[in-house]
Amino acid sequence: MDALTKLLSERDWLLADGATGTSLFAMGLEAGEAPELWNVDQPAKIRALYDGAINAGSDIFLTNSFGGTAARLKLHNAQDRVRELNRVAAEIGREAADASGRTIIVAGSVGPTGDIMEPVGDLSHARAVEMFEEQAVGLMEGGADVLWVETISAPEEFRAAAEAFNNINAPWCGTMSFDTAGRTMMGLTSTAMVDMVAEIPNQPIAFGANCGVGAADILRTVLGICKKNPSLPVIAKGNAGIPKYVDGHIHYDGTPDLMAKYAVMARNCGAKIIGGCCGTKPEHLIKMREALENMPLGSAPTLAEIEAVLGGFSSEDDGTTGKAPPVRIRRRRK
Amino acid sequence: MSDEEDDLILSELSDDELVLQMHDDLYDGMAEEITEAVNILLARKWLPYDVLTKALVEGMRIVGIDFRDGILFVPEVLLAAGAMKGGMKILKPLLIESGAPQLGKMVIGTVKGDIHDIGKNLVAMMMEGAGFEVVDLGINNPVEDYLAALKAEKADILGMSALLTTTMTYMKIVIDTMVAEGIRDDYIVLVGGAPLNEEFGKAIGADAYCRDAAVAVETAKEYMDRKHNQL
Repeated sequence: MDALTKLLSERDWLLADGATGTSLFAMGLEAGEAPELWNVDQPAKIRALYDGAINAGSDIFLTNSFGGTAARLKLHNAQDRVRELNRVAAEIGREAADASGRTIIVAGSVGPTGDIMEPVGDLSHARAVEMFEEQAVGLMEGGADVLWVETISAPEEFRAAAEAFNNINAPWCGTMSFDTAGRTMMGLTSTAMVDMVAEIPNQPIAFGANCGVGAADILRTVLGICKKNPSLPVIAKGNAGIPKYVDGHIHYDGTPDLMAKYAVMARNCGAKIIGGCCGTKPEHLIKMREALENMPLGSAPTLAEIEAVLGGFSSEDDGTTGKAPPVRIRRRRK
Repeated sequence: MSDEEDDLILSELSDDELVLQMHDDLYDGMAEEITEAVNILLARKWLPYDVLTKALVEGMRIVGIDFRDGILFVPEVLLAAGAMKGGMKILKPLLIESGAPQLGKMVIGTVKGDIHDIGKNLVAMMMEGAGFEVVDLGINNPVEDYLAALKAEKADILGMSALLTTTMTYMKIVIDTMVAEGIRDDYIVLVGGAPLNEEFGKAIGADAYCRDAAVAVETAKEYMDRKHNQL
């Protein structure tokens, strides 16, 4: 049995980690630099990033390998270093987890290729699988417990990643980003994701949503997923509020206290693995852990209750309410 | 494929019906049909400019509205833009030959420090689909690259994109440099990207913030119209 499945069988909920990119910028990563290069060039900083999540109480953290496919590394002329950069990302993670003295899951982060898949775009299914597999091999080689594909918009890309993980028999989790009127950029609704995932031959250990818009939106997504009663554990990794431009600086408006409320509500919505995404720092994670430990499990909130606590939604509807959008009447075809 | 569809012969439709059918076919991303219909209209002695504006641009406008309203999503819009591009391929040389007014030319790129390009690529594809000429500078562009391209390409519009909160502020550097060089008002500056909003666009001195690719196209058209009216 893989380590995550085992931990899930022992616990009612797990705390995942927070932001990777925004945290690395705080450590001095130059904008435009590939974060993955730091696995080799600045390993102490990557270790510090992982330790930040571990010391804040995370049970799971994601490796610094989000842009580790050849498609992304190519933008930095590092497409020949896929296996190495991913392996080292996981190796540093393995060391940090093993040094912690408790069970910590090292999840090998796999982000989108950034390309649009056929037939709409140019990326073929075969090439996508090949790139994901190359990355996955490096991450598992470095000692990741599971693979974790995240921030995906296209169901085709999600399936390609799953197929790649199947090719090397690796356990995995997967989350998509619902950032366009409550759907993914490609138009997938939360409920449609449940159906899509159910048809994948090598089932993930857990699945759900990450990133997206704000804390309120992702809980609406989790409610949508859970209303289909999926058999697998559900993941919620939402952003710490919404980025705001104030006096020449950007900050995420989600305070640690707000993220604590979000974490408890996410669990009440039905999520079992709860974490943050952009803007979520260790100080948020500490409050989230505290709240999850101290608050009892409650009933799922209504949309109105979510709105009252975490703020409004980015769109009126998320495509799961059965209110069919007005379909354009075509003249003769279709 | 229904029998009805097999029965539809584009060349037997009247001009008005054919144009409406083209709006539908763009909506459904039917590339071959659009190419065929463009050729039919040209054979019927339509001006290339009228084919462009009345059939293609108008069809994409309808697609843009439903994209904005969350009825269509990126895959459908890209298929529509692809179909439009097929039609444009036929029209482009004819438009140049006839000296018809151009919709406009855009230089687009992700700002320095930002390597995220999917949103920028969508905007570029939609703009091309809507009939604009697009010069794509790719990712990670310093201010000099933007300014050099604007000048060399004689562009009308500058489009800047950023996904990161840490890089979006670079847009202000580009705009400030344009102001300092006295060329800010020569161009329409449009900005976009997930963490941006209207307030930010105003704060940094852009002409407009565009929430998505469809809004970018609409905004570009609106500003180009204003520019033409001023001339």
